Amino acid sequence: MDHKDRPTFGNSSEMNVPSGNLNANQMFSRSGSREICFDDRSKQTIPEFTPPLHKSALYSCRPELIIAKPGPIESSSFVNNQAMDWDPRAMLGNLSFLEQKVHQIQDIVGSIMKNGGQFPLHQVDPAPGQQLMNSDLTSIVIQLISAAGALLPSMRSATANLPSNPSVAPLASIVGSGSNGSFQQNKLYPLVETMNSEYDELIKDVSDDGFEGANTIAAEDQDVKDNEDGGLDGENLPPGSYEVLQLEKEEILAPHTHFCSICGKGFKRDANLRMHMRGHGDKYKTPAALAKPTKEASLEPVLIKRYSCPFLGCKRNKEHKKFQPLKTILCVKNHYKRSHCAKSYTCRRCNTKKFSVLADLKTHEKHCGRDKWLCSCGTTFSRKDKLFGHVALFQGHSPALPSDEIKGSGASDQGRGSEAPTEVETGGNNFMANYIDNVDVLDFYKGFDNEPSNLSPLSFDPFNDGGLDEFPRASFDPLENGFSFLPSGS
Amino acid sequence: MEEACDRCTTIPGRAPFETLTLDLFSRKSNPVPCSATRSKKRPRCVEEWSSFEPLTEELLSLILDKLDSNPFDKKAFSLVSRSFYAAESRHRRMLRPLRSDLIPTVLSRYPSVTHLDFSLCPRVGDGSLAAVAGSLRSSVRSVDLSRSRSFSHVGIESLAVNCAGLVEINLSNRTDLDDLAAAAIGKARNLERLWLARCKMVTDLGLGCIAVGCPKLRLLCLRWCLGLSDLGVGLVAVKCRNLRSLDLSYMMITKKCLPSIFQLQYLEDLALVGCVGIDDEALLSLKQGCKSLEVLDLSNQRVSLLGLSSILSRTPGLRQLSLAYYSLVTHSMSNGLKNLSNLQSIKLDGCQVTSAGLKSIGSSCISLRELSLSKCSGVTDEGLSSIVKKHKDLAKLDITCCRNITDVSLASITSSCTSLTSLRMESCSLISTEGFRLIGKSCHLLEEIDLTDNDLDNEGLKALSHCHRLTSLKIGICLKINDEGLVHVGKSCPKLQELDLYRTVGITDKGVIEVARGCPMLQMINLAYCTGITNESLISLSKCSKLSDLEIRGCPQVSSSGISAISVGCRQITKLDMKKCYYINDAAMLTLARFSQNLRQINLSYCSITDVGLLALASISCLQNMTILHLAGLTPNGLAASLLACSGLTKVKLHSSFKSFISQLLLQHVEARGCSFQWIDKPFQVELEPNELWKQQSQDLFVE
Repeated sequence: MDHKDRPTFGNSSEMNVPSGNLNANQMFSRSGSREICFDDRSKQTIPEFTPPLHKSALYSCRPELIIAKPGPIESSSFVNNQAMDWDPRAMLGNLSFLEQKVHQIQDIVGSIMKNGGQFPLHQVDPAPGQQLMNSDLTSIVIQLISAAGALLPSMRSATANLPSNPSVAPLASIVGSGSNGSFQQNKLYPLVETMNSEYDELIKDVSDDGFEGANTIAAEDQDVKDNEDGGLDGENLPPGSYEVLQLEKEEILAPHTHFCSICGKGFKRDANLRMHMRGHGDKYKTPAALAKPTKEASLEPVLIKRYSCPFLGCKRNKEHKKFQPLKTILCVKNHYKRSHCAKSYTCRRCNTKKFSVLADLKTHEKHCGRDKWLCSCGTTFSRKDKLFGHVALFQGHSPALPSDEIKGSGASDQGRGSEAPTEVETGGNNFMANYIDNVDVLDFYKGFDNEPSNLSPLSFDPFNDGGLDEFPRASFDPLENGFSFLPSGS
Repeated sequence: MEEACDRCTTIPGRAPFETLTLDLFSRKSNPVPCSATRSKKRPRCVEEWSSFEPLTEELLSLILDKLDSNPFDKKAFSLVSRSFYAAESRHRRMLRPLRSDLIPTVLSRYPSVTHLDFSLCPRVGDGSLAAVAGSLRSSVRSVDLSRSRSFSHVGIESLAVNCAGLVEINLSNRTDLDDLAAAAIGKARNLERLWLARCKMVTDLGLGCIAVGCPKLRLLCLRWCLGLSDLGVGLVAVKCRNLRSLDLSYMMITKKCLPSIFQLQYLEDLALVGCVGIDDEALLSLKQGCKSLEVLDLSNQRVSLLGLSSILSRTPGLRQLSLAYYSLVTHSMSNGLKNLSNLQSIKLDGCQVTSAGLKSIGSSCISLRELSLSKCSGVTDEGLSSIVKKHKDLAKLDITCCRNITDVSLASITSSCTSLTSLRMESCSLISTEGFRLIGKSCHLLEEIDLTDNDLDNEGLKALSHCHRLTSLKIGICLKINDEGLVHVGKSCPKLQELDLYRTVGITDKGVIEVARGCPMLQMINLAYCTGITNESLISLSKCSKLSDLEIRGCPQVSSSGISAISVGCRQITKLDMKKCYYINDAAMLTLARFSQNLRQINLSYCSITDVGLLALASISCLQNMTILHLAGLTPNGLAASLLACSGLTKVKLHSSFKSFISQLLLQHVEARGCSFQWIDKPFQVELEPNELWKQQSQDLFVE
């Protein structure tokens, strides 16, 4: 359960157990200016869609936590930094930090045990001190996990990755109150230092978690692909009915999976290796050696093989509470690259979309360009006739011109109030999807520009009251034109 | 008074004080929207003012209603007095400005204009449109920009957003207008009529914006909009349920959009000319009928009888059907036509027709008013007779180039269709004098007749002159006619407005003088290559004050004095063609410049005109179209100066030898003002070919 990206929870411990945190802050004091900048950005964007979900729990229960935001910024990023350029000194620091934390936990658990006797008395109205203690425990455990995660030396690109939220949620629910947990979750993201390129992944994770069920966001980019990769989402194998294999990330990322035992040359396919082996002597030329290794398994009932992602906290990791195994090695490879690796392939046409799997890039490039048929309601279509069918169906919707043209005109089509109720739903979802897709800030504005109706009060009603107030309007000043409608929306 | 002062200050170049003092003199409290009246005349106006005092605004308005025919009358009216001026300003509804740069001033004078026709302004900028939107905010209903350029979507948007009353806009021929402009149009919520012909850059997205934004559209013309497809048109049909008239000619549409079009419950007029994507299959696949459809144009279509009868069976209310250049009209077509009880007009131009086909059309249609068989092959006396005998109410008949018909046909036409008002029978050269005699005898309601290139002689013309209601008579290339026949026309056709005497060589001054005397309503006369006419003719024609279009091409005996007489007498002259009138010189130009302020188009090729004459001509502000080839006295400098001076030019034909002599910068400047140049490279040819020779040549061409 340990995870390197947990350190941000130091925040809450800082508040509640200042003595314990002091050390950590001193220790991790080398956060660069870049992280802070980045952090600003993430703060801008992320709260914007999280509030609707947790608003009641968050802002009503523990207002004092919100005020404390700036503190943890620093303590957050260095852990990643440490992990990034790994050195023994930092490791030592981490270890001592761990030690300290373990002691803290001991203390707390001890005090809980002490209080345990009083529980029957306070059951109806648990003491606030008890609650505090619980949350302390939560934060310390999380700190522990993250610090321990930072100890893992070889996680190169993985530093970028966020803890996937499913792992956070149970953790939080175990130790603290549900609201507390989710709050921390929200706060976590702004604090984690990531490269620009990895930023979208971050948001995806957030959305993945926050809008589960209703989200098209991740469906567009990640989940769908995972499913087609052979995730067992639809399979519902009972746990234990299959054998779970977990490859190491080096294995996963290796270009070749089949290596010649003699010369060490690597191959992508076993068949190619077998053909290669022929060169090493006659003994490899026998039909038996050349034949495809047969499945003798057909005789005895073989345990189905399923794969686990080596990334801790991932839903595809076997440790996860709602573990969903991957079907094949190829699935593992694609999943790992997509979810936990840097996106190194950039689309040459739009220069915004990035992919970690080459095939994804190629698929995208096929459709990249003028394939987004956009409606004034913000819904996009891959085909023109679909857009026109949509426009024909709904009153008040009209085809939207490409955003660059709109910008030329200076005045964008303002929102039309009348929307069919069903549209609000899809519109909202798509809006999110768009947001997530266009991580590039400018693109993000474009998205807004074209879908004014999403910001009409109506479309946000289902899950918003005051949620948009959190939207940091000031930061959008340079592009005010596109946002001129915002006040009315919020 | 203060109000007056305020208004005055808005007029540039006029001191408010001057106007203020004038207003002190005028006793009327309502101030004049001061502008164009010449200050010299004002004192006189004030003096005369009292005599018209009893006339109320309502009365003035009633008088103005009667003055619609002649634009000069209104001008004169407004010069009577200040109150008349004000009344005229308020009365005017229609404005056709010549130059867009004066728009703001003009609009302040005419505050209640509803129709703005920019067809004379080659360049209308966004600023002008914004001015229109600003000052005619609510009143303007119709804007015609079909001949104008250089405005963009910004101007259109200002019109669409600010003018809530805008119901009609014509943006045809703007091949560079894109979706942005279309989206701007989409903001005119009350738009009812929209023309976008040849707007090739508009795509389905733009049209989609229009379809959604203008739900009240009744008329939509998308002719030659090649950027559009089924999707856009289909969306229009879904969104604009009030469409009455839809022109989809020459578009790349297929059967996919037809069903939704045929579901438009008010659609009356549908044009599908030359839609290559619409074939039999498309028409056969139509499930739904369109009962409201009255006018259907299927010209230049690749449909067979099968598809045609399919669509005709679904449009029972059809009144007009056009099947021009439809491949073959045979007997079997009548089945489709039988259902059309209301069919009044059928056009079969350029079709291959059989006698049986005509006969069956004649028997299956109930009552035709209009029949066009122009350029049909296979029209015989038998076929034509059988169809005209059934339709005694025929008012318009077009048998242009049906070369095989003879007096037999004419006998049946004249005996049954006595209410004919229009008969076009160019190049029906087998018809003899007897035939024309029959026309003159029975068709007294005839208003328009085209006998170009017929075997018409003086006898025939005399018989035709019994049609006293004639307004248009075309007897070009009728070589047998001379003054003797023409005199009868002059004597008995007082309503004649249009007379075409192209290459009727026998005509001399005598005939023309008679026509000029007997036909005071004459507006257009063509005397091209009537080599016999002289200045006498023109002097007599100058009495026809309504003359606006005069062609005396190749009349070498005409000189400047004739033209001068015309320009003094016919103030409404707008088109003048005097090519190869060698004796016309600068003197004629000077008088034209002085008197013919409405001249819009002139052809001066081969005339003896120098820089002086051309420069004088350039002072005519209306002049838009000039053809100046082979002017011996013209120098490049003179040409350049007159091009610069004539700011309203839209089209100039020049000899290509001048191209190298005129500075490129100047040409660019003139082009930027909205003028296009056509460089002609024809050899200098002084001699006129004799008419007989010319006719022989043209007939030889025909035989080949």
